[in-house]
Amino acid sequence: MSQLLPPEFFTATVPLNAYLILSAILFAIGAFGFMFRKNIITIYMCIELMLNAVNLSFVTFSYQFGKVDGQIYSFFVMVVAAAEAAVGLAIILTIFRNRGTLQIDEIDTLKN
Amino acid sequence: MDVILFTFFALVAIVGAVNLVLQKHPISSALSLVAVMVALSVLFLLLGAEFIAAAQLVVYAGAIMVLFVFVIMLLNAGAERESRKGGFAQFLGLPLTAILLVFASYVITQSMSNAKAVKFGAFSGGGPREVGWELFTRYLLPFEVTSILILIAIAGAVVLARKEID
Repeated sequence: MSQLLPPEFFTATVPLNAYLILSAILFAIGAFGFMFRKNIITIYMCIELMLNAVNLSFVTFSYQFGKVDGQIYSFFVMVVAAAEAAVGLAIILTIFRNRGTLQIDEIDTLKN
Repeated sequence: MDVILFTFFALVAIVGAVNLVLQKHPISSALSLVAVMVALSVLFLLLGAEFIAAAQLVVYAGAIMVLFVFVIMLLNAGAERESRKGGFAQFLGLPLTAILLVFASYVITQSMSNAKAVKFGAFSGGGPREVGWELFTRYLLPFEVTSILILIAIAGAVVLARKEID
């Protein structure tokens, strides 16, 4: 196996910017879904996707500076996301019980 | 080997994210999000963040997504209906996110000129021991505040989701 492949194959490295750009791509997709989708649960999942993208940035910067602080921040982001998921899904349950729908453009009581 | 792993799991993450946005049914979106989270956990591992990778799998892909799927099943959420209301986001959403992405990529490539190359195993300060040490010494106060936040979240979820008795 090792004769078939050149030795550079096993030692090649990934530039750090690739991780940051992947994080930006995931964040942009999440932001687009947040604006475009109409189902409140899917919108919620897009928020989670954006949080995950930011976590990737934090961990990448942690690697860049050789310190563990970035990983601590991403740990706190995870904790806040868990709390947010619990409260947010309870709010979604209440909305569905009161309005009988999950489409956000039908939940417009505050409009006019 | 690093390049292969990064390319594969980055592609899995991007395809999963696009699928999350494009799928009409919330269950399909939720399963795509699980794929994104598992791929990101492998990328965390490549960056030397062993504890965060494990927490990502357990907390995100395990707990949070189970909660999502549970709520989708509980509400019997069907496929999303098309609606023509709110055309602003429909027409400007894609160009604006594309501009955001291009701008962010430009800033990243310009400002990170002294970026290291990522090699698996080069940074080993992300194990449970190192993370726990930092968490319980320098970040002790934020950690304790977090416990209050979780307590409020539990109480809030119970209050919001209970049935009205009267």
